[in-house]
Amino acid sequence: MQNRELEKIAYNIRKNAVTAVYHAAAGHPGGSLSIADLMAVLYFEEMNIDPENPKKEERDRFVLSKGHCSPALFGALGERGFFPKEDLKTFRHTDSYLQGHPDMKGVPGVDMSTGSLGMGVSAACGMALSGKIYKNDYRVYAVLGDGEIEEGQVWEAAMYASHYKLDNLCIFVDVNGLQIDGATKDVMNSAPIDKKYEAFGWNVVVIDGHNYDEIRAAIKNAKETKDKPTAVIMNTTKGKGVSYMENSVEWHGKAPNEEQYNTAIQELDAYLAKLN
Amino acid sequence: MAKKATREAYGEALREFAEKYDYVVLDADLAEATKTGIFKKAYPDRFFDTGIAEANMISVAAGIASTGKTVFASSFAMFAAGRAYEQIRNSVGYPHLNVKIGATHAGITVGEDGATHQCLEDIALMRSIPGMVVINPADAVEARAAVEFAIQYKGPVYLRFCRLASEDIFNAETYKFELGKAQELKEGTDVTIITTGLMATASLEAAELLKAEGISARVINMASIKPIDEEIIVKASKETGAIVTVEDHSVIGGLGTAVADVLAEKAPAILRKIGVQDKFGRSGKPAELLKVYGMTAEDIAAAAKDAINNK
Repeated sequence: MQNRELEKIAYNIRKNAVTAVYHAAAGHPGGSLSIADLMAVLYFEEMNIDPENPKKEERDRFVLSKGHCSPALFGALGERGFFPKEDLKTFRHTDSYLQGHPDMKGVPGVDMSTGSLGMGVSAACGMALSGKIYKNDYRVYAVLGDGEIEEGQVWEAAMYASHYKLDNLCIFVDVNGLQIDGATKDVMNSAPIDKKYEAFGWNVVVIDGHNYDEIRAAIKNAKETKDKPTAVIMNTTKGKGVSYMENSVEWHGKAPNEEQYNTAIQELDAYLAKLN
Repeated sequence: MAKKATREAYGEALREFAEKYDYVVLDADLAEATKTGIFKKAYPDRFFDTGIAEANMISVAAGIASTGKTVFASSFAMFAAGRAYEQIRNSVGYPHLNVKIGATHAGITVGEDGATHQCLEDIALMRSIPGMVVINPADAVEARAAVEFAIQYKGPVYLRFCRLASEDIFNAETYKFELGKAQELKEGTDVTIITTGLMATASLEAAELLKAEGISARVINMASIKPIDEEIIVKASKETGAIVTVEDHSVIGGLGTAVADVLAEKAPAILRKIGVQDKFGRSGKPAELLKVYGMTAEDIAAAAKDAINNK
């Protein structure tokens, strides 16, 4: 797919995410917007998935380990046709299947229930190990936050994936530099993330998370790497695409009011118009 | 009677059923103690150590189960149900995945290792998770049957095994495990002793002590704590009017509480709970600890008489 097409999809995912959070009057827009470009590549170009058959056995798996960024995952799944996009407006509502955090039992296309940080990446390791044991050649992708990696379990999983040579596993660490209480470097400095994963025995690639060529190349690199899992350290802008949300810790977990929502959609639409 | 620890029966059952059913086994560097090592030796390609990282182990198990496979994850009860509680709740329980938690070294009968390793809260923790099955087998025969049940059952199961060898209660030829069904081990009309896990022998001894005093005690074995056999509890309450629960677990949240819930809602009766009375354990020989913590046959018999006197 051409980069321009992917970018259009990414901006539509951003619109979906912001719309879901607005209608929920709650949710996490900042870290959802930062991973929209990756979601576009994975769900529209890379992953072997089928919206008509979301549970097909040989599908590639995706685990949103930073489960609070469900607006991006649901935004991508809705855009890809796993469920009606209109349903995004029911996100977090009492009668909706679109829970605040991904629920694999309720949402077509969600491969693992996540939300409590650190657990998703371990589950991704389990999926990858199962693929090895039962000789299924699907690939497993997971997205972690740069705040999430403060959880100790993330490093248990890092040791594990390397020990079992899970080269069918590729994780993305979304380094947007912000977490709830402030800048990651001030709250709990997790840098250098690349060196940490290298020390754990991973293949490490550092990229610009908004550059499709770099995302694509990192995925290719991961596929070509044998006997090692791959960690893609992805530098991003939190809130990407909505001016007032960009690099603002305030928008980690807050819904826009009507005026702010309209501004966000106008900005995203303006960008889409430029692409067309 | 033959004596064997339920953990031993667990490891042997994993090996025994390996050809009949497809599953893999995880352990967190305790395979020698949990006895999954028996399986590991026979089926090294189906055994995966996660190292000393129980949280990761449980979520890895969830990931394996999400691909449609059956998986056992083992550690001591303290580190499975305790340390990895939230992983069990959120990675396994919430998505209702087909993970079997084989937790060994439950209870004060762990002995010499002391309080840090004597898990007295696991039944309470596990039965509070929606959809979780909790089974605490009485002997090796029941443990083996519970393992086969867990393999065939689709959904999360917590299997509670003990370190200490216990006497065989059941006949391997005739025993059948049924989820949510308890068995009457002994008939009785004055009081009912409901036991779980390796306390069955002491409970039967208590019934003998009571018999010598002219008291007729019914003894019920309750391996399936969740779901629980409400019918047998209600019947015991109505027919004997006095209940004593016996467990190698805290009296808070375990069998005693589960039975109390049924009694309070369906058929109130006087209840006495034998178990660890809101205390931490300590080092010592299991038999001595059972004395110190008031969990011997004599203690059970005394509680039964107290219950009868308060009818």
